[in-house]
Amino acid sequence: MSTTVVNAEAEGKTWGGGNQPLKASYGKMMMWFFIVSDALTFSGFLAAYGFSRFKFIDSWPIADEVFTHVPFLHGQELPMIYVAFMTFILIMSSVTMVLAVDAGHHLNKAKVTLYMFLTIIGGLIFVGSQAWEWATFIKGDYGAIQTKGGNILQFGHYVDVDGEQKFKRVALRDFAVADAHADRTAHDRDNGLWFVSEGTLPSYTVEEVYAGLIAHEDVLVRTQIIEKGEKTILSREESLKQIKENGKLVVEGANLHVNEYGSPLFADFFFFITGFHGFHVFSGVVINVIIFFNVVLGTYERRKSYEMVEKVGLYWHFVDLVWVFVFTFFYLV
Amino acid sequence: MAHAHNLAILRGLIKFKTNTQKIWGVLILLSIVTAVEVGLGIVKPEWSLTKVLGMKLLNWIFIILTIVKAYYITWDFMHMRDETKGLRRAVVWTAIFLILYLIFILLQEGGYVFDVYKDGYIKRDF
Repeated sequence: MSTTVVNAEAEGKTWGGGNQPLKASYGKMMMWFFIVSDALTFSGFLAAYGFSRFKFIDSWPIADEVFTHVPFLHGQELPMIYVAFMTFILIMSSVTMVLAVDAGHHLNKAKVTLYMFLTIIGGLIFVGSQAWEWATFIKGDYGAIQTKGGNILQFGHYVDVDGEQKFKRVALRDFAVADAHADRTAHDRDNGLWFVSEGTLPSYTVEEVYAGLIAHEDVLVRTQIIEKGEKTILSREESLKQIKENGKLVVEGANLHVNEYGSPLFADFFFFITGFHGFHVFSGVVINVIIFFNVVLGTYERRKSYEMVEKVGLYWHFVDLVWVFVFTFFYLV
Repeated sequence: MAHAHNLAILRGLIKFKTNTQKIWGVLILLSIVTAVEVGLGIVKPEWSLTKVLGMKLLNWIFIILTIVKAYYITWDFMHMRDETKGLRRAVVWTAIFLILYLIFILLQEGGYVFDVYKDGYIKRDF
């Protein structure tokens, strides 16, 4: 090398190949580029959610009223506590992941093993919580009536809380008058037309809910329309009129077609975006498990480099990063 | 050197002695930010409900705090702080420009569709 001309040497260094201007290995850079493209996918979804929300800005469901449940604390309204817990779990598993990467830099196999294991546990807790959250959302809480035009009418009554009149939701099961003769069995393939199927029937019919509304004089209807941060509550006469004239379908819980909390789009986006994120967490856990076994078997010990841990670490942190945004746009804003 | 970490956060306001210490420090920071977000979300103070640039001040606070969290996750957990400028800019600015563009287009259009329903002759509320 000492025999070559000086500027030719510089040229050889820059353009002759084998040069790493970004000082990152091929694998790490490819992980970064994948992350950029995946981030764009997620922001596409979230921006689409924003589009629908801006389209129905005056009637979108209020997240605080939808996600109020915490496991083992039945019947209490605790908005956002459980999601905050989930966020913390995911951030915590991100921390154990960086600690694993850090231990990898020191070629400390025992520590990498421990931290990878904790990361996997954190991921599993998160996916489990996500499943519980879905189950609660699908099952629903109070039930509602859908109108001919696809609007959701919910029920509630005023109660005295510390001398203040507060509107509290009432569940259909608490006021609907069940008519024993109006019972209709769901149509199954094996006792009817084999090529026609039917979803689960709601527990009440619109007539039964209407009868219940007449019988309970304090129950009022709440519409989707938001005024000054609160959903509009109809007068008693208007409530009766709306249910009688426009009530079409009893809705309990949420699926891709109907949603007792409000616009069906809210449920669609909830399932799609948190589902897509949950799938990322799940695949992250699977990749982490594979790397965990490689660590245990000593693959990286022999390689004298734990860079693979760093690469899956990047993916894992990205999943955490996406959740931070999903958390904000679904639960907070 | 690949293993050299930049151990200062908040523009050098807090300097950590080891990388492990920095990780725990960032965890504390992220936890505080999340706690503030959840607290504000539950309390919803009166002052935060004023509209700023067409959105509630509270929502702006949430979005800014989210970006703060995203910054620390990317910079410290994903070691963006230790990468070269070229890699950092290639990843961060590409994403930011494209996402801002996407958000602008879709939200603008969503607002427009809302106005058409509200002020136009289309009725869907019955």
